[in-house]
Amino acid sequence: MVDAKLPKFDTLSLHAGQQPDPATGARAVPIYQTTSYVFPDTDYAASLFNLERAGHIYTRISNPTTAVFEERIAALEGGVGAVATASGQAALHLAVATLMDSGAHIVSSASIYGGSHNLFTHTLPRFGIATTYVDPRDPAAFEAAIRPETRLVFGETLGNPGLEVMDLPRIAEIAHGARIPVLIDNTFASPALFRPFDHGADLVLHSATKFLGGHGVAIGGVLVDGGTFDWQASGKFPTLTEPYAGYHGINFSEEFGPGAFVMRARAEGLRDFGASMSPANAFYLIQGVETLPVRMARHVENARRIVAFLDGNGAVSWVGWPELDSHPDRALARRLLPKGCGAVFSFEIGGGREAGRVFIERLRLFSHLANVGDAKSLVIHPASTTHQQMDAAALEAAGIGEGLVRLSVGLEDPDDLIEDLDQALRAAARAAAPRAAE
Amino acid sequence: MEFAVDGLRTFAATGGRPFDPARPAILFVHGAANDHSVWHLPARHFAHHGYSVAAVDLPGHGRSEGEPPATVAEMAAWLGRAREALGLERAVLAGHSMGSLIVLCAAADDPGATKKLILLGPAAAMPVHDDLLDAARRNDHKAIDLITYWGLSAASQIGGHRSPGLWMNGGGQRLLERADDGVLAAGLAACAAFADGEALARAIEAETLLILGERDMMTPMKGGIALARAIPDARHVVLAGCGHTMLAERPNETLDAMRDFLLPAAL
Repeated sequence: MVDAKLPKFDTLSLHAGQQPDPATGARAVPIYQTTSYVFPDTDYAASLFNLERAGHIYTRISNPTTAVFEERIAALEGGVGAVATASGQAALHLAVATLMDSGAHIVSSASIYGGSHNLFTHTLPRFGIATTYVDPRDPAAFEAAIRPETRLVFGETLGNPGLEVMDLPRIAEIAHGARIPVLIDNTFASPALFRPFDHGADLVLHSATKFLGGHGVAIGGVLVDGGTFDWQASGKFPTLTEPYAGYHGINFSEEFGPGAFVMRARAEGLRDFGASMSPANAFYLIQGVETLPVRMARHVENARRIVAFLDGNGAVSWVGWPELDSHPDRALARRLLPKGCGAVFSFEIGGGREAGRVFIERLRLFSHLANVGDAKSLVIHPASTTHQQMDAAALEAAGIGEGLVRLSVGLEDPDDLIEDLDQALRAAARAAAPRAAE
Repeated sequence: MEFAVDGLRTFAATGGRPFDPARPAILFVHGAANDHSVWHLPARHFAHHGYSVAAVDLPGHGRSEGEPPATVAEMAAWLGRAREALGLERAVLAGHSMGSLIVLCAAADDPGATKKLILLGPAAAMPVHDDLLDAARRNDHKAIDLITYWGLSAASQIGGHRSPGLWMNGGGQRLLERADDGVLAAGLAACAAFADGEALARAIEAETLLILGERDMMTPMKGGIALARAIPDARHVVLAGCGHTMLAERPNETLDAMRDFLLPAAL
């Protein structure tokens, strides 16, 4: 039997989406730092504007450098296309705005990034879009929350910050039974560890700022279309199946088939909302993606070493890592994430808020900041930072305690990281029990 | 738009403009297990440049009812009935891959009904590798993988889509995955059984354009050039570095070749 020798993941990480620059032969992806593109004649220009030709018009809508990044992520995720955005939040907003109108409803995992929670809870209701949160570990809760006006099921591959593993195949089956697509935020895993389209997702987004870039120098997001969802058969998405006056009555589903969503997201979403990625940021992010599989393997290796250290440390009351026997999603993680559960996880320090404060302030290698997925190791206290807008009930629902600390394990020598954690934990323990020590 | 052929619901994309049989018309015909959407750029372009356009879904494909016809000759006969159902006496016929065989056959069978002929990735015969046919008959995804592998040039397998942000491998695979079980196998079997391209070519009366991919592994360029020589009034265009999937790999060059052929005098 002959084999289809198509390029594999590591090769695609380096090459997908790019042919050597036809003008100069440049091997690296050039930064096309331009706002606009010269049209050879008026008919050509009109054809571009009317989606009769392929090409670039204006960098808010597309750009050659950004297009390489988009195509590369689409290739790594196994989708049909992608749209790069100014940030991960812009990608989430673009997905929502492309799919639904006022009066629609979203069913979301309760354990999501605080910024996504803000959008769903405090901002989208102003535009008439409501969200119901459900336990990501409970597929039946997703099913029960779906209403006639539901237009999206949303979750994260690994919940934030508790690393709940969604049973994506089961939840996708439920959503598809209701003729609704599933959007997965795959930021924490990256396609190097998990490809949601292989497990039933229809759309994927990333904060590219995190592992895709890996260097912490550029903000960006990306929204990927799996091309799997049948919008026509669903009958619930007129933005994709009915004529759109904004493009001379174009019907995206009819004309673009599996690429209907991504074409509408670009043609309307970037044109009208304009949250596009800059070509310079696309260039930075491409540099990161080139080494994604190598970095993710090392991230996972280091995270496993550190989890083993923390899990046996008397100053730590709990470690939330899906590969531990104590984690409720261990079996699911083994099935869905055999390459590893990323490098972002949380643990609880005994001694409460004061011990947590001392621990974070005594760390030397771990940087205290609001980001994850950097090559450098990071630390944050979610209750006082990323998730501070959530009330006590929402915090409890998301599994966030006052002593919870979130680590993003980087690529440093793991012995150095463990030594840093060890000295900070000792300081935290002394702070938690000063009188006893005296 | 929907219309009826043989009493069955049939779909054709019209390029974003209403179909008017009083205007010059182009019928676009897709390849095995594909649908109308492969033609979205030329369909929109010619619909906005004076033509009425119908990018049909063959029976059992896309949004059309019915069973896939078993032979290219049956598909060509169906295309003739579709043309009549659309109220057209004559039309430009354009086909890609298996679709090129269908329009070649249709133009040979009914020269008076063919205004011009455009063949993308054609061949006088279209043998299909046994492993591909076997996989398609089992509805094994390996058939789709092999079509992707052989359908795109080596360079295009890496990407560089001219439509920003689109990934050719993924787009082509999803389209094939949408076909019902057995549709791909039926199309490939029809292609494998087709052998009379040269005889049909000699019977073509319409002015003909062949668009060939220099790196086409499924219908090699040399075979396309030989076919062009057999057609009395034919010219051919070779797309440098392009594989079999020229509508995705070289959308603008493909469109420009069709424009040069159709727009100056055909209207």
